[in-house]
Amino acid sequence: MLSFFLEHREAIFIVILSIFLGIEVISHVPAILHTPLMSGANAIHGVVIIGAIIVMGHADTTGSMILGFLAVVLGTLNVVGGFVVTDRMLEMFKKKK
Amino acid sequence: MDQLSHMTGISILEITYVIASVLFILGLKMLSHPLTARRGNILAAFGMGFAIVATILFHRKDGQPIGNIPWILGAIAIGIAIGWIIAKKVKMTAMPQLVSFFNGMGGAAAALISMMEFPHIRPELIAQHGMANGHVLAILLGLMIGTISWAGSMIAFGKLDGKIGDLRIKALRYVNLTILAVLIGFIVFIMTRHVHASTELTPYVYIMFAISVVYGVLFVMPIGGADMPVVISLLNSFTGVAAAMGGFLYNNQAMLTGGILVGSAGTILTILMCKAMNRSLINVIVGVFGGGGASNIQAGGTIKEITLTDAAVLLSYSKKVVIVPGYGLAVAQAQHNCHELDKLLEEKGVEVKYAIHPVAGRMPGHMNVLLAEADVPYEQLIESDVINPDLPNTDVVVVIGANDVVNPAAEDDPSSPIYGMPIVKAREAKNIIVMKRGMGKGYAAIENMLFFNDKTRMLFGDAKTTLQNLVNEVKSL
Repeated sequence: MLSFFLEHREAIFIVILSIFLGIEVISHVPAILHTPLMSGANAIHGVVIIGAIIVMGHADTTGSMILGFLAVVLGTLNVVGGFVVTDRMLEMFKKKK
Repeated sequence: MDQLSHMTGISILEITYVIASVLFILGLKMLSHPLTARRGNILAAFGMGFAIVATILFHRKDGQPIGNIPWILGAIAIGIAIGWIIAKKVKMTAMPQLVSFFNGMGGAAAALISMMEFPHIRPELIAQHGMANGHVLAILLGLMIGTISWAGSMIAFGKLDGKIGDLRIKALRYVNLTILAVLIGFIVFIMTRHVHASTELTPYVYIMFAISVVYGVLFVMPIGGADMPVVISLLNSFTGVAAAMGGFLYNNQAMLTGGILVGSAGTILTILMCKAMNRSLINVIVGVFGGGGASNIQAGGTIKEITLTDAAVLLSYSKKVVIVPGYGLAVAQAQHNCHELDKLLEEKGVEVKYAIHPVAGRMPGHMNVLLAEADVPYEQLIESDVINPDLPNTDVVVVIGANDVVNPAAEDDPSSPIYGMPIVKAREAKNIIVMKRGMGKGYAAIENMLFFNDKTRMLFGDAKTTLQNLVNEVKSL
């Protein structure tokens, strides 16, 4: 347990600080922006694509190639779809005047 | 020399990750303000782009650079093409299910990563620490959470799209708790095995995947449509956590900050939404809401209809009109007609405002997006608690396709499932016009006494057609 903590202390720090940061950043959001915000956050967790790229980049068997390929496609869908949809929503707010 | 360039590559990668993390945080921060939101989104997208490019170019695993680059680029190209087309083509009303769909894709990617990494756990690590180490835990949690998020999101997608109905069985909550316990049992089981190579345990991981799919499906199945936004938000934060597990796995800071940020922000957003509906998260998850309406006030009084001409006259000669839009307006795609009506009335000197309930539509803020699409000025959209004190001075409240958010039972009837939910206090206005398809109940499946109020007049029919006719009537006055 202790060795686990020592080994991962950097990651644990990042996790704790990120948790507070996430709470802090979100808690002042007006309700009207909840949907775009959820959508934007949705796009950001598309960062999982980095893991997909790493796994694909070191895939050696056909099976893992196929799964890795799929993971990269899905991750990209998450990223691109997420950001584009958010932009589309926000574009509408901007058109006001 | 080679050593040096290798070090430089790693440094560039690490620095890029720091920059990406900063851009994610800034992006989220800017997304929470109307004026900067769009730039914030683009900023976060740039952060993501940097992180992806740097990973492909500079990532090293045991000194090995990323291989299969043509395949990776191909996969990214496919993802961009499909994602772009879907995101651009889907109607604004279908936005919630779209978010749910993309969320599910992220969850699936996280689950796939875990499935591929499990057989590759280093034998040295197992020899030294056994299976009970952080690496294995991150893989198993990533698999479980990612899979649940994927399966759950797909069900949420189907439900919002009207393809899947509700499954309301009381016993389901016990079944779900049992399945959850089994999943945790699997994690404990796998981590306490004494093996030489993780491949010996791969079948168990596949079984775990299957059970997680079942859990994800059953978790969302009983939850009623009104609670879907909360569920999507929750699943969104799940995917964030699943992505962060990948960050643990690869000791990758960008994945860690990005994932956890979304995990915590998503959780807070979920709680904010629950508050807006006066529901506890536990109730949403066990699906107490909308269980067929435990208590029903018996419908009393009579329904009074109003003719289009009378409605047009009433609206044209009012000083203050407040429109309460609901999902019915969105479904009928009537936001443009609605804006036409409010422009006409404003030309006649009527002050028109929109009362936006936090959960009007299918997601918080959904209604704002829809009305913004129809060019309704931002300043005309007023949040319900701000406009409520003003309603007694309002001549006419026009309720368009909204139901639960104006239901006085939330204030009067302690036995009502929506009791305590903040509402738009439509009944305090001098006159109320309700546009509705028919006498069907709202998502919470409870009777709405507002429709029987003495001041209420009903305009039955499809919101779009009714609004069009109303606009014509007002024009011809």
